[in-house]
Amino acid sequence: MPANHETSAPDAIRIARPRPRPAVTRDNAFFWDGVQAGKLLIQRCRCERLRHPPGPMCPSCHSLEWTAILANGDGRIYSFVVAHHPPVPPFDYPNVIVLIELVEGVRIVSNLIGVDPVQVAVGMPVRAIFPELEAGRRFLQFELVEE
Amino acid sequence: MRYENDLRDRAAIVGIGATEFSKDSGRSELQLALECVSAALEDAGLEHSDVDGMVTFTMDNNPAVEVNRFLGGGHLTFFSRIHYGGGAACATVQQAAMAVATGVADTVVCYRAMNERSLNRFGTGIQDMQPEPTTASAHFGWYAPYGLLTPASWVAMVARRYMVEFGATSEDFGRVTVAARRFAATNPKAYFFDKPITLDDHQRSRFIVEPLRLLDCCMESDGGVAVVVTSLERARNLRCRPVRICAAAQGATNEQQMMTGFYADDITGLPEMGLVAKQLYATAGIGPEDVQAAIIYDHFTPFVLAQLEEFGFCGRGEAKDFVKDGHIDSGGSLPINPHGGQLGEAYIHGMNGIAEAVRQLRGKAVNQVDGAEHMVVTAGTGVPTSALLLGADG
Repeated sequence: MPANHETSAPDAIRIARPRPRPAVTRDNAFFWDGVQAGKLLIQRCRCERLRHPPGPMCPSCHSLEWTAILANGDGRIYSFVVAHHPPVPPFDYPNVIVLIELVEGVRIVSNLIGVDPVQVAVGMPVRAIFPELEAGRRFLQFELVEE
Repeated sequence: MRYENDLRDRAAIVGIGATEFSKDSGRSELQLALECVSAALEDAGLEHSDVDGMVTFTMDNNPAVEVNRFLGGGHLTFFSRIHYGGGAACATVQQAAMAVATGVADTVVCYRAMNERSLNRFGTGIQDMQPEPTTASAHFGWYAPYGLLTPASWVAMVARRYMVEFGATSEDFGRVTVAARRFAATNPKAYFFDKPITLDDHQRSRFIVEPLRLLDCCMESDGGVAVVVTSLERARNLRCRPVRICAAAQGATNEQQMMTGFYADDITGLPEMGLVAKQLYATAGIGPEDVQAAIIYDHFTPFVLAQLEEFGFCGRGEAKDFVKDGHIDSGGSLPINPHGGQLGEAYIHGMNGIAEAVRQLRGKAVNQVDGAEHMVVTAGTGVPTSALLLGADG
């Protein structure tokens, strides 16, 4: 019997391993929903203290009431690493991972893309972008901008 | 805040035991645990049936009751499993001392036994972790989507900032490994026995996560280590010279994170270890000038520098010069990790370091530090942590 070609997967479809997914909780869902909408959102307490990573209570005033503000996406590289090993699919290596200090004052981890790793330095200005790295799914990334 | 506690000289370490250290033990983790616990009890001159307390820490796969059942131990009145992985190594001895001091137990075994190379490679981090809607899982969600997946990568992020703020270089990190491998080279129990390296070897080793090179990272080891704790009074009637637990402490600051302390105003220090150091000195009633040698947890070289600063062995940002000037080497003012550390002997998550401090304070170490009366021993850093201040007795 010849193989049943109707049920074998077409060669053109390759199942790539997706990027690791964040664990979405009631505390952080606003942030991840924001990324899918192309927005960088930061949690702000009633007392105006900003929190990232977000959580349910303000360590300063102990309020459970908060909103999310739209960050303008600008910041500077506070620290960075260049990952080489172990290589984990689907990431490209060397992989530049940055700790960004946003102009609003909080820090956030992301990738820096479109750059030669040897050119990266602490203090460089960057801005947030939201490329669709997988079909139907956007990711927060950063790119360098002119000083 | 009160830093002094009541544990000073209430308990002692009276036995140590270990398996060999390898990349493939060829036997189960449970067998490793039983071998090292038995060896520690024999060293102490105690019977298996004397055991009434057991402590280990998370990421060990051997439940205390399984170890005790096959050991033929006594009935347990105290058992504990402390959180945050390697940060809990010295907290096992702290909790054992607390149990002994309060009469909750008389003979407490602290153990760690793993096939972390041949069974589950420890350094691979969270790459296979599936997201669950829990707080612990959500924490890693701020890093995993970007490929920041391994312990080396989390430490590297802090190390880069340390380099920028204090002018430290990759060579400064490398000198820590060179010193550790020099000690390991003369320790026949060390995995890297007779294999010293040069700073050039370090500089030519490949990047794992820049700025960290392969030789900035400890090894992955198969093996087990156990220690036995009892009261100081009872210890003085046992076989070996007791090692006093002068002080023991845990620490987690109110900005603590699990490996990702990226958000404080200053990220170049290890404030959880500073919190521990204050407690140790206050409780023991001594200061850094009274410490002759130390076991400094060396999973990654940059955090060795920061720990030296947190304990006041040198000033902030000055550890690179302290190391360069040879203070941490044999014959220096503060030899550290004379067994070779986790960079040179084995990575048993701090427990092999506690055992080495006991050998030093008995005066029976292979690379004996002359005049060692007091030693600091630290646990894993970048996480909620712990440490001990141990002293020779008599």
